[in-house]
Amino acid sequence: MPSLTIDAARSTVQQRKTTALALAESHYARIEKEDRQIGAYLTLCKERALDQADRIDRMAAEGKPLPPLGGVPVGIKDVMSTRGVRTTAGSKILGHYIPPFDCTAVARLESAGAVVLGKTNCDEFAMGSSNENSAFRPVHNPRDLTRVPGGSSGGSAAAVAADMAVVALGSDTGGSIRQPAAFCGVVGLMPTYGRVSRYGLIAFASSLDHIGPLAKTVKDAAIVLRTIAGRDPMDSTSADLPVPDYVAELEKSVCGLRIGVAKEYFAEGLDDEVRHAVESAIDKLKSLGCEVVPVSLPHTPYAIPAYYLIATAEASANLARYDGVRYSYRAPGVKTLSEMYRRSRDEGFGAEVKRRIMLGTYALSAGYYDAYYLKAQKVRTLLTRDFDEAFRKVDAIVTPTSPTAAFRLGEKSNDPLAMYLADIYTVTADLAGIPGISIPCGETKEKLPIGLQVLGKHFDESTILRVAHAYEQAA
Amino acid sequence: MKVTEKDVAYVADLANLELSSDERTGMVRDLNSILDYIDRLNELDTSNVEPMAQVSDRYGVDQSRQGSERFAYANRKDVVEGLRKSLSQAAALANAPDADGTFFRVPKVIER
Repeated sequence: MPSLTIDAARSTVQQRKTTALALAESHYARIEKEDRQIGAYLTLCKERALDQADRIDRMAAEGKPLPPLGGVPVGIKDVMSTRGVRTTAGSKILGHYIPPFDCTAVARLESAGAVVLGKTNCDEFAMGSSNENSAFRPVHNPRDLTRVPGGSSGGSAAAVAADMAVVALGSDTGGSIRQPAAFCGVVGLMPTYGRVSRYGLIAFASSLDHIGPLAKTVKDAAIVLRTIAGRDPMDSTSADLPVPDYVAELEKSVCGLRIGVAKEYFAEGLDDEVRHAVESAIDKLKSLGCEVVPVSLPHTPYAIPAYYLIATAEASANLARYDGVRYSYRAPGVKTLSEMYRRSRDEGFGAEVKRRIMLGTYALSAGYYDAYYLKAQKVRTLLTRDFDEAFRKVDAIVTPTSPTAAFRLGEKSNDPLAMYLADIYTVTADLAGIPGISIPCGETKEKLPIGLQVLGKHFDESTILRVAHAYEQAA
Repeated sequence: MKVTEKDVAYVADLANLELSSDERTGMVRDLNSILDYIDRLNELDTSNVEPMAQVSDRYGVDQSRQGSERFAYANRKDVVEGLRKSLSQAAALANAPDADGTFFRVPKVIER
Protein backbone atom coordinates (compact mmCIF):
# COMPACT_ATOMS: atom_id res chain seq x y z
CA MET A 1 0.00 0.00 0.00
CA PRO A 2 2.76 2.58 0.69
CA SER A 3 3.10 5.15 -2.09
CA LEU A 4 0.00 3.96 -3.88
CA THR A 5 -0.88 6.39 -6.69
CA ILE A 6 -4.25 7.11 -8.32
CA ASP A 7 -3.57 5.06 -11.46
CA ALA A 8 -2.13 2.15 -9.48
CA ALA A 9 -5.14 2.12 -7.13
CA ARG A 10 -7.70 2.44 -9.91
CA SER A 11 -6.13 -0.16 -12.18
CA THR A 12 -5.76 -2.80 -9.45
CA VAL A 13 -9.45 -2.35 -8.62
CA GLN A 14 -10.38 -2.37 -12.33
CA GLN A 15 -8.42 -5.59 -12.88
CA ARG A 16 -9.99 -7.15 -9.77
CA LYS A 17 -6.57 -7.68 -8.17
CA THR A 18 -8.06 -6.01 -5.15
CA THR A 19 -11.35 -4.32 -4.33
CA ALA A 20 -12.17 -0.72 -3.52
CA LEU A 21 -13.55 -2.05 -0.25
CA ALA A 22 -10.24 -3.72 0.62
CA LEU A 23 -8.34 -0.54 -0.28
CA ALA A 24 -10.57 1.56 1.94
CA GLU A 25 -10.28 -0.94 4.78
CA SER A 26 -6.49 -1.16 4.53
CA HIS A 27 -6.36 2.64 4.72
CA TYR A 28 -8.63 2.64 7.76
CA ALA A 29 -6.40 0.00 9.36
CA ARG A 30 -3.40 2.22 8.77
CA ILE A 31 -5.24 5.24 10.20
CA GLU A 32 -6.16 3.17 13.23
CA LYS A 33 -2.51 2.25 13.74
CA GLU A 34 -0.70 5.49 12.82
CA ASP A 35 -3.04 8.37 13.39
CA ARG A 36 -2.96 8.29 17.19
CA GLN A 37 0.53 9.84 16.91
CA ILE A 38 -0.05 11.97 13.84
CA GLY A 39 -3.59 13.36 14.28
CA ALA A 40 -4.31 13.87 10.57
CA TYR A 41 -8.01 13.00 10.73
CA LEU A 42 -10.76 14.67 12.75
CA THR A 43 -13.71 12.60 11.51
CA LEU A 44 -13.91 9.30 9.63
CA CYS A 45 -16.96 8.59 7.44
CA LYS A 46 -16.77 4.82 7.05
CA GLU A 47 -20.36 4.31 5.98
CA ARG A 48 -20.09 6.82 3.16
CA ALA A 49 -16.70 5.38 2.12
CA LEU A 50 -17.84 1.77 2.13
CA ASP A 51 -21.03 2.60 0.18
CA GLN A 52 -18.97 4.30 -2.50
CA ALA A 53 -16.39 1.48 -2.53
CA ASP A 54 -19.20 -1.02 -2.98
CA ARG A 55 -20.57 0.96 -5.92
CA ILE A 56 -17.13 0.97 -7.56
CA ASP A 57 -16.62 -2.74 -6.90
CA ARG A 58 -19.93 -3.54 -8.58
CA MET A 59 -18.85 -1.51 -11.62
CA ALA A 60 -15.54 -3.41 -11.73
CA ALA A 61 -17.34 -6.77 -11.34
CA GLU A 62 -19.60 -5.91 -14.27
CA GLY A 63 -16.50 -5.10 -16.33
CA LYS A 64 -17.43 -1.43 -16.73
CA PRO A 65 -14.55 1.01 -17.13
CA LEU A 66 -13.96 2.79 -13.82
CA PRO A 67 -14.00 6.60 -13.69
CA PRO A 68 -10.61 8.38 -13.25
CA LEU A 69 -10.57 8.07 -9.45
CA GLY A 70 -12.55 4.83 -9.22
CA GLY A 71 -11.88 3.29 -5.80
CA VAL A 72 -9.20 5.81 -4.82
CA PRO A 73 -9.20 6.58 -1.06
CA VAL A 74 -9.07 10.34 -0.42
CA GLY A 75 -9.04 12.72 2.55
CA ILE A 76 -10.91 16.03 2.60
CA LYS A 77 -9.76 19.02 4.61
CA ASP A 78 -12.37 19.78 7.23
CA VAL A 79 -13.17 23.20 5.76
CA MET A 80 -15.09 21.58 2.90
CA SER A 81 -18.74 20.79 3.50
CA THR A 82 -19.76 17.14 3.34
CA ARG A 83 -23.44 16.33 3.46
CA GLY A 84 -24.28 14.37 6.60
CA VAL A 85 -20.64 14.29 7.78
CA ARG A 86 -19.50 16.61 10.57
CA THR A 87 -17.54 19.58 9.23
CA THR A 88 -15.79 21.65 11.87
CA ALA A 89 -13.26 23.91 10.10
CA GLY A 90 -11.02 22.90 13.02
CA SER A 91 -13.14 25.08 15.29
CA LYS A 92 -15.11 24.48 18.45
CA ILE A 93 -17.75 26.90 17.13
CA LEU A 94 -18.64 24.34 14.41
CA GLY A 95 -17.89 21.33 16.61
CA HIS A 96 -21.27 19.71 15.91
CA TYR A 97 -22.07 21.11 12.47
CA ILE A 98 -23.52 18.59 9.97
CA PRO A 99 -23.75 20.26 6.53
CA PRO A 100 -26.93 19.69 4.52
CA PHE A 101 -25.02 19.86 1.19
CA ASP A 102 -21.72 18.89 -0.45
CA CYS A 103 -18.89 21.14 -1.52
CA THR A 104 -18.67 21.10 -5.35
CA ALA A 105 -15.04 19.90 -5.36
CA VAL A 106 -15.93 16.97 -3.09
CA ALA A 107 -19.00 16.11 -5.17
CA ARG A 108 -16.89 16.13 -8.35
CA LEU A 109 -14.27 13.84 -6.78
CA GLU A 110 -16.95 11.40 -5.67
CA SER A 111 -18.62 11.50 -9.10
CA ALA A 112 -15.22 10.50 -10.48
CA GLY A 113 -15.23 7.47 -8.18
CA ALA A 114 -13.15 8.69 -5.21
CA VAL A 115 -13.78 7.08 -1.84
CA VAL A 116 -13.88 9.77 0.87
CA LEU A 117 -12.30 8.26 3.99
CA GLY A 118 -12.80 11.23 6.29
CA LYS A 119 -12.16 14.85 7.15
CA THR A 120 -8.64 16.02 7.81
CA ASN A 121 -7.40 18.20 10.63
CA CYS A 122 -6.46 21.84 9.99
CA ASP A 123 -5.80 25.14 11.68
CA GLU A 124 -9.03 26.73 12.89
CA PHE A 125 -10.80 28.30 9.89
CA ALA A 126 -7.58 27.61 7.93
CA MET A 127 -5.79 30.32 9.91
CA GLY A 128 -2.29 29.16 10.68
CA SER A 129 0.97 27.83 9.31
CA SER A 130 1.62 24.95 11.71
CA ASN A 131 -1.70 23.23 12.42
CA GLU A 132 -1.26 24.09 16.11
CA ASN A 133 -4.38 26.29 15.87
CA SER A 134 -6.72 23.32 15.48
CA ALA A 135 -9.28 23.46 18.30
CA PHE A 136 -9.14 19.67 18.57
CA ARG A 137 -5.48 18.63 18.46
CA PRO A 138 -2.28 19.59 16.67
CA VAL A 139 -1.02 17.45 13.78
CA HIS A 140 2.47 15.93 13.97
CA ASN A 141 4.70 15.71 10.91
CA PRO A 142 4.93 12.03 9.84
CA ARG A 143 8.58 12.58 8.88
CA ASP A 144 9.48 13.74 12.41
CA LEU A 145 6.81 13.66 15.09
CA THR A 146 8.42 16.50 17.05
CA ARG A 147 7.85 18.84 14.10
CA VAL A 148 4.78 20.57 12.72
CA PRO A 149 3.33 19.40 9.39
CA GLY A 150 2.81 23.00 8.29
CA GLY A 151 -0.55 24.59 7.92
CA SER A 152 -3.26 25.13 7.48
CA SER A 153 -3.84 21.95 5.42
CA GLY A 154 -1.50 20.02 7.74
CA GLY A 155 -3.88 17.08 8.19
CA SER A 156 -4.26 16.61 4.43
CA ALA A 157 -0.48 16.79 3.87
CA ALA A 158 0.26 14.41 6.76
CA ALA A 159 -2.44 11.94 5.62
CA VAL A 160 -0.90 11.74 2.13
CA ALA A 161 2.68 11.62 3.44
CA ALA A 162 1.82 8.78 5.85
CA ASP A 163 -0.14 6.79 3.23
CA MET A 164 -3.39 7.34 5.09
CA ALA A 165 -4.90 8.63 1.81
CA VAL A 166 -3.79 8.40 -1.82
CA VAL A 167 -4.59 12.08 -2.35
CA ALA A 168 -6.33 14.77 -0.31
CA LEU A 169 -7.99 18.11 -0.88
CA GLY A 170 -6.67 21.17 0.90
CA SER A 171 -7.33 24.89 0.73
CA ASP A 172 -4.82 27.68 0.23
CA THR A 173 -5.39 31.32 1.25
CA GLY A 174 -1.78 32.33 2.00
CA GLY A 175 0.16 29.13 1.38
CA SER A 176 -1.95 26.55 3.18
CA ILE A 177 -1.59 23.84 0.51
CA ARG A 178 1.99 24.47 -0.65
CA GLN A 179 3.72 25.07 2.71
CA PRO A 180 2.44 21.86 4.40
CA ALA A 181 3.22 19.95 1.17
CA ALA A 182 6.81 21.20 1.46
CA PHE A 183 7.04 20.36 5.19
CA CYS A 184 5.66 16.83 4.71
CA GLY A 185 7.50 15.99 1.48
CA VAL A 186 4.47 15.73 -0.83
CA VAL A 187 3.11 17.62 -3.85
CA GLY A 188 0.69 20.50 -3.24
CA LEU A 189 -1.05 22.45 -5.99
CA MET A 190 -2.87 25.75 -5.63
CA PRO A 191 -4.79 26.40 -8.87
CA THR A 192 -5.53 29.85 -10.29
CA TYR A 193 -8.23 31.79 -8.43
CA GLY A 194 -11.51 30.86 -10.16
CA ARG A 195 -10.20 27.58 -11.60
CA VAL A 196 -11.96 25.48 -8.93
CA SER A 197 -15.35 26.32 -7.46
CA ARG A 198 -15.36 27.47 -3.85
CA TYR A 199 -18.97 26.43 -3.33
CA GLY A 200 -19.18 24.62 0.00
CA LEU A 201 -15.75 25.77 1.17
CA ILE A 202 -16.11 27.40 4.58
CA ALA A 203 -14.97 30.94 3.84
CA PHE A 204 -11.83 32.47 5.38
CA ALA A 205 -10.93 35.27 2.91
CA SER A 206 -13.15 35.00 -0.16
CA SER A 207 -10.89 36.81 -2.65
CA LEU A 208 -7.92 34.60 -1.64
CA ASP A 209 -9.41 31.16 -0.90
CA HIS A 210 -8.49 28.32 -3.28
CA ILE A 211 -9.17 24.56 -3.23
CA GLY A 212 -6.49 22.21 -4.56
CA PRO A 213 -4.91 18.76 -4.21
CA LEU A 214 -2.14 17.32 -2.04
CA ALA A 215 -0.70 14.24 -3.69
CA LYS A 216 2.25 11.86 -3.86
CA THR A 217 3.05 12.67 -7.49
CA VAL A 218 2.59 15.60 -9.87
CA LYS A 219 0.52 13.36 -12.14
CA ASP A 220 -1.91 12.64 -9.30
CA ALA A 221 -2.25 16.37 -8.66
CA ALA A 222 -3.01 16.84 -12.36
CA ILE A 223 -5.65 14.10 -12.31
CA VAL A 224 -7.38 15.67 -9.32
CA LEU A 225 -7.25 19.16 -10.83
CA ARG A 226 -8.75 17.89 -14.10
CA THR A 227 -11.58 16.37 -12.04
CA ILE A 228 -12.44 19.35 -9.82
CA ALA A 229 -11.71 22.30 -12.16
CA GLY A 230 -14.22 24.22 -14.24
CA ARG A 231 -17.18 26.54 -14.09
CA ASP A 232 -19.76 25.92 -11.38
CA PRO A 233 -22.95 27.98 -11.49
CA MET A 234 -23.01 27.84 -7.66
CA ASP A 235 -19.85 30.01 -7.46
CA SER A 236 -20.06 33.19 -9.53
CA THR A 237 -16.27 33.64 -9.23
CA SER A 238 -15.54 30.29 -10.85
CA ALA A 239 -14.19 31.15 -14.29
CA ASP A 240 -16.07 30.38 -17.47
CA LEU A 241 -13.00 29.00 -19.24
CA PRO A 242 -12.30 25.57 -20.76
CA VAL A 243 -10.35 23.01 -18.68
CA PRO A 244 -7.31 21.57 -20.49
CA ASP A 245 -6.31 17.92 -20.20
CA TYR A 246 -3.63 18.53 -17.58
CA VAL A 247 -2.51 14.90 -17.60
CA ALA A 248 -1.84 14.83 -21.36
CA GLU A 249 -0.01 18.16 -21.08
CA LEU A 250 2.46 16.67 -18.55
CA GLU A 251 4.29 14.75 -21.23
CA LYS A 252 5.23 17.80 -23.32
CA SER A 253 8.92 18.64 -23.19
CA VAL A 254 10.20 21.45 -20.98
CA CYS A 255 13.13 22.05 -23.33
CA GLY A 256 13.25 25.73 -24.25
CA LEU A 257 10.90 26.88 -21.47
CA ARG A 258 12.02 30.10 -19.84
CA ILE A 259 12.22 29.77 -16.04
CA GLY A 260 12.39 32.94 -13.98
CA VAL A 261 14.41 33.24 -10.79
CA ALA A 262 13.71 36.26 -8.58
CA LYS A 263 16.43 37.43 -6.20
CA GLU A 264 13.74 38.68 -3.78
CA TYR A 265 12.94 35.03 -2.98
CA PHE A 266 16.53 34.27 -2.00
CA ALA A 267 17.03 37.19 0.41
CA GLU A 268 17.72 37.36 4.14
CA GLY A 269 15.89 34.79 6.24
CA LEU A 270 16.27 31.91 3.78
CA ASP A 271 17.83 28.86 5.38
CA ASP A 272 21.12 27.81 3.74
CA GLU A 273 20.15 24.18 3.25
CA VAL A 274 16.89 25.24 1.58
CA ARG A 275 18.78 27.68 -0.64
CA HIS A 276 21.22 25.00 -1.77
CA ALA A 277 18.47 22.49 -2.50
CA VAL A 278 16.51 25.02 -4.57
CA GLU A 279 19.63 26.14 -6.43
CA SER A 280 20.42 22.51 -7.29
CA ALA A 281 16.85 22.09 -8.53
CA ILE A 282 17.29 25.13 -10.78
CA ASP A 283 20.50 23.56 -12.16
CA LYS A 284 18.56 20.37 -12.82
CA LEU A 285 15.93 22.31 -14.79
CA LYS A 286 18.74 23.92 -16.76
CA SER A 287 20.13 20.48 -17.60
CA LEU A 288 16.66 19.53 -18.89
CA GLY A 289 16.91 22.34 -21.43
CA CYS A 290 15.11 25.15 -19.57
CA GLU A 291 16.51 28.62 -19.98
CA VAL A 292 16.99 30.32 -16.60
CA VAL A 293 16.22 34.05 -16.69
CA PRO A 294 16.63 36.50 -13.79
CA VAL A 295 13.40 38.38 -13.03
CA SER A 296 12.54 41.02 -10.48
CA LEU A 297 9.51 41.03 -8.18
CA PRO A 298 10.40 44.21 -6.29
CA HIS A 299 7.27 44.49 -4.12
CA THR A 300 7.72 41.03 -2.56
CA PRO A 301 8.78 42.44 0.87
CA TYR A 302 5.35 44.12 1.12
CA ALA A 303 3.33 40.96 0.47
CA ILE A 304 3.02 39.75 4.08
CA PRO A 305 1.77 43.10 5.48
CA ALA A 306 -0.70 43.53 2.59
CA TYR A 307 -1.85 39.94 2.97
CA TYR A 308 -2.49 40.17 6.70
CA LEU A 309 -4.67 43.25 6.23
CA ILE A 310 -6.71 41.91 3.30
CA ALA A 311 -7.10 38.38 4.63
CA THR A 312 -8.09 39.50 8.13
CA ALA A 313 -10.48 42.18 6.84
CA GLU A 314 -12.28 39.61 4.71
CA ALA A 315 -12.19 37.10 7.58
CA SER A 316 -13.73 39.55 10.03
CA ALA A 317 -16.69 39.93 7.66
CA ASN A 318 -16.98 36.21 6.82
CA LEU A 319 -16.82 35.10 10.45
CA ALA A 320 -19.59 37.47 11.52
CA ARG A 321 -22.02 34.70 10.54
CA TYR A 322 -21.09 32.64 13.60
CA ASP A 323 -23.74 34.06 15.85
CA GLY A 324 -25.03 31.06 17.79
CA VAL A 325 -28.39 31.09 16.01
CA ARG A 326 -28.48 28.90 12.90
CA TYR A 327 -25.70 26.32 13.09
CA SER A 328 -22.89 27.35 15.37
CA TYR A 329 -22.11 26.84 19.04
CA ARG A 330 -24.20 28.80 21.54
CA ALA A 331 -22.87 29.53 25.02
CA PRO A 332 -25.15 28.15 27.74
CA GLY A 333 -27.17 30.29 30.15
CA VAL A 334 -27.18 33.52 28.16
CA LYS A 335 -29.91 36.02 28.99
CA THR A 336 -29.91 38.49 26.10
CA LEU A 337 -29.20 38.44 22.39
CA SER A 338 -26.05 40.53 22.61
CA GLU A 339 -24.71 38.41 25.48
CA MET A 340 -25.42 35.34 23.32
CA TYR A 341 -23.37 36.70 20.42
CA ARG A 342 -20.44 37.75 22.55
CA ARG A 343 -20.18 34.73 24.83
CA SER A 344 -20.78 32.21 22.02
CA ARG A 345 -18.05 33.77 19.89
CA ASP A 346 -15.73 34.19 22.88
CA GLU A 347 -16.04 30.53 23.87
CA GLY A 348 -16.28 29.19 20.30
CA PHE A 349 -13.28 30.88 18.65
CA GLY A 350 -9.63 30.20 19.47
CA ALA A 351 -6.93 32.80 20.13
CA GLU A 352 -5.59 33.18 16.57
CA VAL A 353 -9.07 33.48 15.06
CA LYS A 354 -9.95 36.22 17.57
CA ARG A 355 -6.66 37.99 16.84
CA ARG A 356 -7.42 38.01 13.12
CA ILE A 357 -11.02 39.12 13.58
CA MET A 358 -9.72 41.98 15.74
CA LEU A 359 -7.01 43.00 13.26
CA GLY A 360 -9.46 42.83 10.34
CA THR A 361 -12.17 44.75 12.16
CA TYR A 362 -9.61 47.39 13.15
CA ALA A 363 -8.34 47.70 9.55
CA LEU A 364 -11.89 48.21 8.30
CA SER A 365 -13.06 50.55 11.07
CA ALA A 366 -13.83 54.21 10.55
CA GLY A 367 -10.65 56.28 10.38
CA TYR A 368 -8.39 53.33 9.51
CA TYR A 369 -9.96 52.02 6.32
CA ASP A 370 -7.88 54.19 3.97
CA ALA A 371 -4.62 53.80 5.88
CA TYR A 372 -4.82 50.03 6.13
CA TYR A 373 -7.38 48.18 4.03
CA LEU A 374 -7.35 50.47 0.99
CA LYS A 375 -3.56 50.81 1.18
CA ALA A 376 -3.21 47.02 1.18
CA GLN A 377 -5.49 46.70 -1.85
CA LYS A 378 -3.30 49.16 -3.75
CA VAL A 379 -0.19 47.20 -2.80
CA ARG A 380 -2.00 44.10 -4.07
CA THR A 381 -2.18 45.83 -7.46
CA LEU A 382 1.58 46.47 -7.36
CA LEU A 383 2.34 42.86 -6.45
CA THR A 384 0.14 41.63 -9.31
CA ARG A 385 1.87 44.01 -11.74
CA ASP A 386 5.24 42.57 -10.65
CA PHE A 387 4.05 39.15 -11.83
CA ASP A 388 2.50 40.52 -15.05
CA GLU A 389 5.83 42.14 -15.84
CA ALA A 390 7.88 39.02 -15.02
CA PHE A 391 5.61 36.71 -17.01
CA ARG A 392 6.23 38.77 -20.13
CA LYS A 393 9.77 37.39 -20.01
CA VAL A 394 9.30 33.88 -18.58
CA ASP A 395 6.90 30.91 -18.67
CA ALA A 396 7.23 30.01 -14.97
CA ILE A 397 9.02 31.23 -11.85
CA VAL A 398 10.88 28.94 -9.46
CA THR A 399 11.32 29.76 -5.76
CA PRO A 400 11.66 28.02 -2.40
CA THR A 401 8.21 27.16 -0.99
CA SER A 402 9.12 28.12 2.57
CA PRO A 403 12.23 29.78 4.05
CA THR A 404 12.89 26.82 6.34
CA ALA A 405 12.05 23.13 6.65
CA ALA A 406 9.45 22.04 9.23
CA PHE A 407 9.93 23.73 12.61
CA ARG A 408 9.24 22.21 16.01
CA LEU A 409 5.85 22.18 17.70
CA GLY A 410 5.67 25.16 20.04
CA GLU A 411 8.61 26.91 18.37
CA LYS A 412 6.58 29.81 16.96
CA SER A 413 3.22 29.43 18.63
CA ASN A 414 3.70 32.39 21.00
CA ASP A 415 4.86 34.81 18.32
CA PRO A 416 2.13 35.51 15.74
CA LEU A 417 4.41 37.64 13.55
CA ALA A 418 7.14 34.95 13.35
CA MET A 419 4.44 32.48 12.34
CA TYR A 420 3.13 34.82 9.62
CA LEU A 421 6.62 35.06 8.10
CA ALA A 422 6.55 31.30 7.37
CA ASP A 423 4.27 32.26 4.44
CA ILE A 424 6.62 34.83 2.96
CA TYR A 425 7.15 32.97 -0.36
CA THR A 426 3.58 31.76 -0.78
CA VAL A 427 1.23 34.70 -0.05
CA THR A 428 2.19 36.60 -3.21
CA ALA A 429 0.57 34.00 -5.47
CA ASP A 430 -2.67 34.12 -3.46
CA LEU A 431 -2.78 37.91 -3.70
CA ALA A 432 -2.13 37.88 -7.47
CA GLY A 433 -4.43 34.89 -8.04
CA ILE A 434 -1.79 32.95 -9.98
CA PRO A 435 -1.27 29.17 -9.65
CA GLY A 436 1.59 27.59 -7.70
CA ILE A 437 2.81 24.09 -6.97
CA SER A 438 5.21 22.79 -4.34
CA ILE A 439 7.18 19.62 -5.01
CA PRO A 440 9.84 17.89 -2.92
CA CYS A 441 13.43 18.87 -3.84
CA GLY A 442 15.63 17.10 -1.35
CA GLU A 443 16.14 16.98 2.38
CA THR A 444 18.03 18.77 5.10
CA LYS A 445 20.82 17.03 7.05
CA GLU A 446 18.12 16.19 9.60
CA LYS A 447 16.14 14.37 6.88
CA LEU A 448 13.42 17.01 6.71
CA PRO A 449 11.82 17.54 3.29
CA ILE A 450 12.45 20.75 1.33
CA GLY A 451 9.92 22.21 -1.10
CA LEU A 452 10.45 23.75 -4.54
CA GLN A 453 7.72 26.15 -5.65
CA VAL A 454 6.82 26.72 -9.31
CA LEU A 455 4.57 29.72 -10.02
CA GLY A 456 2.74 30.25 -13.30
CA LYS A 457 0.59 32.60 -15.29
CA HIS A 458 -3.14 32.89 -14.61
CA PHE A 459 -4.92 29.74 -15.82
CA ASP A 460 -1.64 28.20 -16.97
CA GLU A 461 -1.52 25.28 -14.55
CA SER A 462 -0.40 23.13 -17.50
CA THR A 463 3.04 24.74 -17.60
CA ILE A 464 3.79 24.57 -13.88
CA LEU A 465 2.58 20.95 -13.76
CA ARG A 466 4.81 20.18 -16.73
CA VAL A 467 7.88 21.78 -15.10
CA ALA A 468 7.14 20.05 -11.78
CA HIS A 469 6.62 16.70 -13.52
CA ALA A 470 9.86 17.00 -15.52
CA TYR A 471 11.81 17.84 -12.35
CA GLU A 472 10.16 15.00 -10.41
CA GLN A 473 11.01 12.47 -13.14
CA ALA A 474 14.61 13.67 -13.39
CA ALA A 475 15.31 14.03 -9.65
CA MET B 1 1.85 52.34 20.57
CA LYS B 2 -0.88 52.67 17.99
CA VAL B 3 -3.51 50.51 19.62
CA THR B 4 -4.57 51.24 23.21
CA GLU B 5 -6.74 49.26 25.64
CA LYS B 6 -9.55 51.62 24.71
CA ASP B 7 -9.18 50.81 20.99
CA VAL B 8 -9.22 47.11 21.75
CA ALA B 9 -12.43 47.52 23.76
CA TYR B 10 -14.02 49.48 20.90
CA VAL B 11 -12.98 46.99 18.20
CA ALA B 12 -14.02 44.01 20.33
CA ASP B 13 -17.42 45.66 20.62
CA LEU B 14 -17.67 46.05 16.84
CA ALA B 15 -16.66 42.43 16.35
CA ASN B 16 -19.08 41.08 18.97
CA LEU B 17 -16.29 39.64 21.05
CA GLU B 18 -16.15 39.97 24.82
CA LEU B 19 -12.47 39.08 25.54
CA SER B 20 -11.20 38.49 29.07
CA SER B 21 -8.90 41.10 30.60
CA ASP B 22 -5.89 38.84 29.90
CA GLU B 23 -6.97 38.50 26.29
CA ARG B 24 -7.31 42.28 26.02
CA THR B 25 -3.78 42.83 27.31
CA GLY B 26 -2.40 40.23 24.90
CA MET B 27 -4.39 41.77 22.06
CA VAL B 28 -2.89 45.24 22.68
CA ARG B 29 0.60 43.70 22.52
CA ASP B 30 -0.03 41.50 19.46
CA LEU B 31 -1.91 44.10 17.40
CA ASN B 32 0.81 46.69 18.02
CA SER B 33 3.54 44.26 17.03
CA ILE B 34 1.71 43.28 13.83
CA LEU B 35 0.77 46.88 12.93
CA ASP B 36 4.37 48.00 13.45
CA TYR B 37 5.40 45.46 10.85
CA ILE B 38 2.51 46.43 8.56
CA ASP B 39 3.70 50.07 8.68
CA ARG B 40 6.32 49.24 6.08
CA LEU B 41 3.54 49.60 3.49
CA ASN B 42 3.93 53.36 3.94
CA GLU B 43 7.32 53.15 2.24
CA LEU B 44 5.38 52.73 -1.01
CA ASP B 45 3.83 55.65 -2.87
CA THR B 46 0.43 54.35 -3.98
CA SER B 47 -1.20 57.69 -4.80
CA ASN B 48 -1.72 56.75 -8.47
CA VAL B 49 -2.46 53.06 -7.96
CA GLU B 50 -5.94 51.58 -8.29
CA PRO B 51 -6.99 49.26 -5.44
CA MET B 52 -7.49 45.59 -6.30
CA ALA B 53 -10.35 43.86 -4.51
CA GLN B 54 -10.40 40.65 -6.54
CA VAL B 55 -8.80 38.91 -9.49
CA SER B 56 -11.95 37.59 -11.15
CA ASP B 57 -12.54 40.53 -13.45
CA ARG B 58 -9.36 39.88 -15.41
CA TYR B 59 -10.25 36.50 -16.93
CA GLY B 60 -13.27 34.99 -18.61
CA VAL B 61 -15.29 38.20 -18.36
CA ASP B 62 -16.67 40.35 -21.16
CA GLN B 63 -13.83 42.88 -21.42
CA SER B 64 -15.89 45.23 -23.59
CA ARG B 65 -18.34 45.97 -20.77
CA GLN B 66 -18.07 47.79 -17.47
CA GLY B 67 -18.79 46.94 -13.84
CA SER B 68 -21.13 44.04 -13.09
CA GLU B 69 -22.02 43.82 -16.80
CA ARG B 70 -18.60 42.21 -17.25
CA PHE B 71 -19.86 39.23 -15.27
CA ALA B 72 -22.95 38.64 -17.43
CA TYR B 73 -22.00 34.95 -17.71
CA ALA B 74 -22.82 34.55 -14.04
CA ASN B 75 -26.38 35.89 -14.36
CA ARG B 76 -29.08 33.47 -13.38
CA LYS B 77 -32.80 33.49 -13.95
CA ASP B 78 -34.82 34.57 -10.92
CA VAL B 79 -36.97 31.50 -10.41
CA VAL B 80 -38.57 29.82 -7.40
CA GLU B 81 -36.43 26.68 -7.60
CA GLY B 82 -33.06 27.66 -9.05
CA LEU B 83 -29.82 25.71 -9.26
CA ARG B 84 -30.53 23.88 -6.07
CA LYS B 85 -33.78 23.19 -4.31
CA SER B 86 -34.26 25.14 -1.12
CA LEU B 87 -33.50 23.22 2.03
CA SER B 88 -36.50 21.74 3.80
CA GLN B 89 -37.45 23.49 7.02
CA ALA B 90 -36.29 20.48 9.01
CA ALA B 91 -32.87 20.48 7.31
CA ALA B 92 -32.48 24.23 7.75
CA LEU B 93 -33.23 23.98 11.47
CA ALA B 94 -31.30 20.77 12.11
CA ASN B 95 -28.06 22.45 13.20
CA ALA B 96 -29.66 25.16 15.32
CA PRO B 97 -28.72 25.20 19.00
CA ASP B 98 -32.36 26.06 19.78
CA ALA B 99 -35.38 25.79 17.49
CA ASP B 100 -39.06 24.98 17.94
CA GLY B 101 -39.64 23.13 14.68
CA THR B 102 -40.71 26.27 12.84
CA PHE B 103 -38.40 29.04 14.05
CA PHE B 104 -34.91 29.56 15.41
CA ARG B 105 -35.28 30.50 19.08
CA VAL B 106 -33.08 33.22 20.61
CA PRO B 107 -32.95 35.01 23.97
CA LYS B 108 -34.79 38.27 24.52
CA VAL B 109 -33.91 40.80 21.84
CA ILE B 110 -35.07 44.02 23.49
CA GLU B 111 -32.92 44.74 26.53
CA ARG B 112 -34.95 46.77 28.99
